[in-house]
Amino acid sequence: MTTTVLPRVTYLNVRTTVASWLLTKDHKRIGILYLLVVSFAFLLGGIFAAGVRIELTTPEGDFVSADTYNRLFTMHGVAMVFFVLIPAVPAILGNFAMPLMIGARDVAFPKINLLSWYVFVIGFLFTLAAMLFGGVDTGWTFYTPYSSQASNSNVLLTGIGVFIAGFSSILTGLNFMVTIHRMRAPGMTWFRLPLFVWALYATSLVQILGTPVIAITVLMLALERALGFGIFDPRLGGDPVLFQHLFWFYSHPAVYIMILPPMGVISEVLACFSRKSIFGYSFVAFSSLAIAVFGFLVWAHHLFVAGISPYSAMVFSFLSFAVAIPSAVKTFNWAATLYRGAIWWRAPMIWVFGFIGLFLVGGLTGLFLASLGLDVHLHDTYFVVAHFHYIMVGGAIMGYFAGLHYWWPKITGRMYSNGLGTLAAMLVFVGFNLTFFPQFILGYLGMPRRYHAYPEEFQVLNVLSSAGASLLGIGYTLIACYLLYSLWKGEEAGANPWGATGLEWKTQSPPLPENFAQTPIVREGAYEYAKRETKVA
Amino acid sequence: MVSGIPLFPEQASTLAPEVDNLYFFVTAVTAFFALLVVVVVLVFAVKYRDRTGEKVGAPIHGSLPLELGWSIIPFFISMAIFAWATLVFFHIVRAPDQTLEVYSTGKRWMWRFQHIDGQAEINELHVPLGRPIRVIFTSEDVLHSLYMPAFRVKADAIPGRYSSIWFTPTQVGEFHLFCAEYCGTRHSGMIGRVVVMEPNEYQAWLSGGGSGMSMAARGEQLFQQLGCVGCHLPDGSGRGPSLLGKYGIQETLATGATVTIDDTYVRESILTPQMKLVAGYGPVMPTFQGLVNEQGVMSLIEYVKSLPRTGGPPAAAQASAAGAPAAAPAQGPR
Repeated sequence: MTTTVLPRVTYLNVRTTVASWLLTKDHKRIGILYLLVVSFAFLLGGIFAAGVRIELTTPEGDFVSADTYNRLFTMHGVAMVFFVLIPAVPAILGNFAMPLMIGARDVAFPKINLLSWYVFVIGFLFTLAAMLFGGVDTGWTFYTPYSSQASNSNVLLTGIGVFIAGFSSILTGLNFMVTIHRMRAPGMTWFRLPLFVWALYATSLVQILGTPVIAITVLMLALERALGFGIFDPRLGGDPVLFQHLFWFYSHPAVYIMILPPMGVISEVLACFSRKSIFGYSFVAFSSLAIAVFGFLVWAHHLFVAGISPYSAMVFSFLSFAVAIPSAVKTFNWAATLYRGAIWWRAPMIWVFGFIGLFLVGGLTGLFLASLGLDVHLHDTYFVVAHFHYIMVGGAIMGYFAGLHYWWPKITGRMYSNGLGTLAAMLVFVGFNLTFFPQFILGYLGMPRRYHAYPEEFQVLNVLSSAGASLLGIGYTLIACYLLYSLWKGEEAGANPWGATGLEWKTQSPPLPENFAQTPIVREGAYEYAKRETKVA
Repeated sequence: MVSGIPLFPEQASTLAPEVDNLYFFVTAVTAFFALLVVVVVLVFAVKYRDRTGEKVGAPIHGSLPLELGWSIIPFFISMAIFAWATLVFFHIVRAPDQTLEVYSTGKRWMWRFQHIDGQAEINELHVPLGRPIRVIFTSEDVLHSLYMPAFRVKADAIPGRYSSIWFTPTQVGEFHLFCAEYCGTRHSGMIGRVVVMEPNEYQAWLSGGGSGMSMAARGEQLFQQLGCVGCHLPDGSGRGPSLLGKYGIQETLATGATVTIDDTYVRESILTPQMKLVAGYGPVMPTFQGLVNEQGVMSLIEYVKSLPRTGGPPAAAQASAAGAPAAAPAQGPR
């Protein structure tokens, strides 16, 4: 490693008061503010998940009461979806890295960027209050009429939290989109953009177009619950299935908000540690846009058994198969990128290998659920739970950790232990498979999801699943330990510890408050490893 | 795999092998692609490993033929899965013409099953082996979902409308019956069993117990009690249309639209009569919302189904014994 002394002035030490953090307009600091809140939400969501997995080790509902169990899985979902998966990669890594990667000083609207964080925190506080005052038990999907008429839990408070947090997502999407259009350094043409930036651009599109729909839906739910407007409750003349259409019109594209940015991360890390250009750059870039657009046309595949017409089910099934193709294209391109590379097995790359394995299973099991004849049997069983965890945890969270391990030296200026980083990736990979693979089998056997107690024949597979979850817990805890330790004891990273090509690696680590001493001028594509004269800095 | 851990549920309906064959096919295809990618990634990762981090990879940027190949081939494979799965789906959602019908209501947290002959049961459903059964159901409160894994069938119970599932049991025994749509506190307690019996045992079960009054007869009683009979005169001279022989036919509405007189239409006409008026009749019928419960509505539907096609006094008993040809025959010959 390099022996350079840490730079004297960095975005971290330029001012150190609490006020300087809470009033910062620096995208890098705002990324760290998100990191703190999202990590807390992840811890909270993890604790709720632990409660669920402990309960499910025995067939009887004996660890917590049925009402507590229902609150646990609901709050797990709400915390993880709205406060971890949606913001994790765009708001933490995107905020930190994207302006650096395009050679900008900051995002287009730094004050709005800070506002986004405050809006996010206020939304989170409302949701946290709902959890503290007894929780919510509707499932993160808030299906009506249960949520609007029957539930005795804090549906409104949680809804307000989700409603508010949505604006943070919209503002960030808007900010990123304008930034990518207007703030690129000289010479940074669209097809020289790193693929992470393309992925964030596609994500911004979904955030801007999709999030208002969930806001309206939650508002209508609140009007029905609080004021008795008849929108979804058939007793008031409403239609309960309408809610599902509106909810999934956002929440299915939201899956792409969660997975597109990690896919972008994978492209960055994979190119760096293969020392190669990403195979089929433009196909990978456009597949992000294709996913973002097609993602809006598949929502009713969540409603195949909810009484929609068989012909509309057919159309949505077809479109769901179609949206799988761009994801397959990305995966094949990643695999092909490795061909004749010079593959350097560092911790971030091990996370990428894990991502590819898990995302493959998650994506391919999506084909089962897109298949009408299979979905009737599989819908609302553990098969679905396993599938979306493979995408959201196996895909999105593995991708997030790949990115965090990749940019950590840039963020903090210090290296963590490569061995522990590799070990954690392997622990999480093994733990994850042990947790969720048995759930595919449980699902095909017919175990419905959201069950507090279950017939005895399902116990063995559930015990395996809970055992895997404890491994996962150990893996995640390990990450927190060595990353925090690196802050004090980590080796100094130097500007470019991975020998990567991106602009973010051309400035010091941690970067200057204004990112670059001089505005960089771009003369080549994003991944020109082959042309490089000096190898590793 | 460890023996003792089941991997597949029992195949206890004619649909189950169809669904399972599709499942094996999709599993084989996806496992092939998963293994292909994993092997390729691992082989490349090992073969091209560089321990120094100093080397650079080959200057390869892509290949149009490969891109087209791995877009088009998966597309055609996925279309094959799509086509097969859609065929299976239409078998699952399209019940055959001759089914034995059972009505059901989901309510937190129990399933109530009502046989045409009058027997009612809670969280248990007795059915005969080898006959297509159709369960017509709704919910009295929130969403539920009627799920019988051994038969590979499921449909959501939605308040305000009817759903149905059908299956032909192929195995005698007891099978799980679950609520698959989250419905609150005791969601996981909203379970029961389907008991598939030999036809003669089923007949014996039917004749033992029960209220002794068929659904159609109970419907006829309600038809009198609620005063329906005052307007829906059999000869068509009343303020409302005659109901004789109406079930299953197309009717023109006041708006000019046409509608098929099915379970859902009869239900809507009882609870929200102003919504879809038959052409030529005024909006004079009051709603019976709150005056008749879901089971009552189902009995009225069964009564309407039992009415003969033309003339004569309504004869529920006669109809339910012989099976009215115009209506989906309740107890008709197989």
